[in-house]
Amino acid sequence: MWQQLYSDLKDKGFMVVAVAEESRGADHARPWIEQAKSDYWQLIDTEHRLEDLYNLVNVPQAIWIDEQGKIVRPPETAGSTDHFRSMDLKTRTMSPQAMAEREAARKAYMDAVRAWVTTGQHVLPEDAARAQLPKVTPEIASARAHFRLGVWLRAHGRAAEGDLHLADASRLHPDSWSMWRQAADLDEVGKASGPDFWKRVQALGERPYYPPPKL
Amino acid sequence: MTRILTPTGEHDVAARDGLWMSPADAATVTGWTLKPEGMCRDDLCVPLPESAVGTNEVDVAAFWQKLGGPVVSTDTRDVWALGAPADERNAALEGLAAPDFTLPDVDGTPRTLSSLRGKKVFLATWASW
Repeated sequence: MWQQLYSDLKDKGFMVVAVAEESRGADHARPWIEQAKSDYWQLIDTEHRLEDLYNLVNVPQAIWIDEQGKIVRPPETAGSTDHFRSMDLKTRTMSPQAMAEREAARKAYMDAVRAWVTTGQHVLPEDAARAQLPKVTPEIASARAHFRLGVWLRAHGRAAEGDLHLADASRLHPDSWSMWRQAADLDEVGKASGPDFWKRVQALGERPYYPPPKL
Repeated sequence: MTRILTPTGEHDVAARDGLWMSPADAATVTGWTLKPEGMCRDDLCVPLPESAVGTNEVDVAAFWQKLGGPVVSTDTRDVWALGAPADERNAALEGLAAPDFTLPDVDGTPRTLSSLRGKKVFLATWASW
């Protein structure tokens, strides 16, 4: 997904780190990684540790980090949009207009990354960066612990017990699509984009699934 | 043995009645050391109530909750997870220093974010689901 961007910018002191939030493990992610033919880092995060450290809620989200290791843009949606919500679920198709708008938004995001690397544009002042950080609440912290335990139990043949903790995690942190969808996928591959997913998306109403980045 | 999952590790320790364990095991699991002033890490000490300290043992569940971290377990209390306290996560992010991590690549080679210092890093998530 990021290979073109990386190829174009890697000589300018730029690196892409792509992290698979994938509790089924490396072998499950491997076909996608091989298909991407990427030469940036492709890492496997079975426990969603990155989501815990950076307070993430969905994929794809990205964080921009400067040469000194400082966050210059906090987590935000990385190029995806809510146009999929207009999809005809019977034919799994979108209108040409929705497709075009989605592509334009993706390109605008990629262009913003390019501008950052080449000219330093889009770096947020520290106060603005801080203000955009979502707060970790005690409920979110507790959800992460339940998720960690649930994934461990699932990986050790204790699915029924694990699912109770994964359900607790989603109850405590309902805004995390990653935890809900990962739990659905652990139950059955494909379930994360099945009827229950669409019901959950519809229940968002006016709220975004992918909040647009404020570029 | 009791299995304890922390944000970055997994430990098997001899614990009783929940997470009562030896001070040595408590230090291995939490990174905090039992001293007369309480549980200490670097220059910081968190006082413990008398009810959380015994003869050569300490109640790690009580300590972790005092830190503000979540403590969850299976019904049979054989596996536990100690989560990072919300305040600790918020303070780290508000400092704007990108929290460091080491994760394996698809072939198992460990990669550490901070080894990329000197480059701009675009850190992005994805998933197959």
